[in-house]
Amino acid sequence: MSAKLSLAAAALRLGAIGALLLAVAAAFADVAGWLSPQRLTQASLMEAFSRLNGDHPGFRRNHAKGLCVSGWFDSTGAATLLSKSAMLASGRVPVIGRFALAGGMPMQADAASAVRSLALRLVGPDGHEWRTGMNDIPVFTVNSAQAFYEQLLASKPDAATGKADPRAMKAFLDRHPETARALAIIASRPVSSGFADSTFNSLDAFRLVDEGGRSTPVRWAAVPLEPPPAETPTAPNGPDKNYLFEDLIAQIHQRPLKWRLMIIVGQPQDPTADATIPWPADRAQIDAGTVILDRVSSEDGGACTDINFDPLVLPPGIEPSDDPLLSARSATYARSFSLRVEERGAKPPSAITPRELRLAEGTP
Amino acid sequence: MSASSPTFSASSRVLHWTMAVIVVAMLFIGAGMAATVSDRYAVLLSIHKPLGIAILVLVLIRFLNRLICPPPPLPSDLPAWQQLAAISSHYLLYGLMFLMPLLGWSMLSAAPYPVVLFGSLRLPPILPQSASLYAVLRPAHTYLGYLLFATILAHLGAALFHGLIRRDGVLQSMASLRGGEIGDGK
Repeated sequence: MSAKLSLAAAALRLGAIGALLLAVAAAFADVAGWLSPQRLTQASLMEAFSRLNGDHPGFRRNHAKGLCVSGWFDSTGAATLLSKSAMLASGRVPVIGRFALAGGMPMQADAASAVRSLALRLVGPDGHEWRTGMNDIPVFTVNSAQAFYEQLLASKPDAATGKADPRAMKAFLDRHPETARALAIIASRPVSSGFADSTFNSLDAFRLVDEGGRSTPVRWAAVPLEPPPAETPTAPNGPDKNYLFEDLIAQIHQRPLKWRLMIIVGQPQDPTADATIPWPADRAQIDAGTVILDRVSSEDGGACTDINFDPLVLPPGIEPSDDPLLSARSATYARSFSLRVEERGAKPPSAITPRELRLAEGTP
Repeated sequence: MSASSPTFSASSRVLHWTMAVIVVAMLFIGAGMAATVSDRYAVLLSIHKPLGIAILVLVLIRFLNRLICPPPPLPSDLPAWQQLAAISSHYLLYGLMFLMPLLGWSMLSAAPYPVVLFGSLRLPPILPQSASLYAVLRPAHTYLGYLLFATILAHLGAALFHGLIRRDGVLQSMASLRGGEIGDGK
């Protein structure tokens, strides 16, 4: 044992140790975002959804109203030209999917103007997975998580009028001209009659990678194949609040619904990091195969309910692009998934319960 | 303290310092990826999973190493409560270093997310899909991560207390750069 430290020296050393521990703890707190409440995090996006939509425990924070479907993917093998993914080799793989309406209101009334989505989970013969969430709009409204957050805040309905404050929206669009341009493109799109005849787009860009390591920028789209004839709403007093989903249930009950999965091959000059910009319409397309959906079930007890359609769950041969929305979506979906799973005990029934599903099928 | 005071074996010191760097890095990566929606999220996530499995492998090696090369005894004049704190905090550190990667792997399995380490290297799920299990495992991973970080801070503080204030050779027994034979901790 060395000579005993003086009391002052011991105090000084103790203070130094304390300062060091405090510095390490502060660095951790900084990385965890606790010292910077302004930083955009998963938590701030969850908070924004909650402020916009209210609290709906147990539901997805976005695309809250939906239905589960299942079926399979018949791959043509044509996309093996660009990707080594076993899922894209010729063959059949099982699919679990989900149709939904964009927005965080699980009981919102179906409306032609609501953005429709189709999310798919494919499991390949090698056990690798491909999850993708697609929307029936040609481009996305924003190109960054920050803009998405600002858009949520600007869309918040005023308590008095029940409508979004037009000044807040105008200020947002002034700051984000790319969103103004994207909204114009979205507004001019033809809107189909329902889910079954909608084209669903990946919006984000990805990269297909072949055995030799060659990487090609792509987007993809599910294009309806032999869609059922467009229906006009049959209810005598106008469409009821679940008419899009009820039509979908009746159509799948009649015969399987099919979408052709088209891989859109980007050119080097096509933007991959900006989902608000469309690619030229003349880009080469590869018919990767057909998604066939022949079963539908309520989210309550359905197979899609506990699946997070995380766009970064990709098989070898399909990789993320430099699109910043991919990280943002993955991070945010993961938090939404954790929250809704933890809240499950408090979740009310979904808009379309198993009983309503049987009614829509005509098999009560 | 004298030059002949017992040290940890060289293998123990290499394992300790390697894991110290990795585990502290993992805690910062974990805290950082849970609080960002930027491009860093995907990068951090792709590091977090393989590094977690590396920790699981290293901690198993370390258990074996500890059996082969037991640590040197604590100073006999250490107060009983400090002996107890030292022993229990080491149990906690070992337990959490073993549990955290397993929890990570388990929660991904229960979610279910594919557990892809890199490229086409994918680990099998170690639990069946279960939302109710995930709902417990996911927060457990976070809170036990905080506990591990706090325990490491206490460990660092105690090590410096031994090295700078008690000056009893305990810090040097792990921080020494002397080469040593395996088993010289006895």
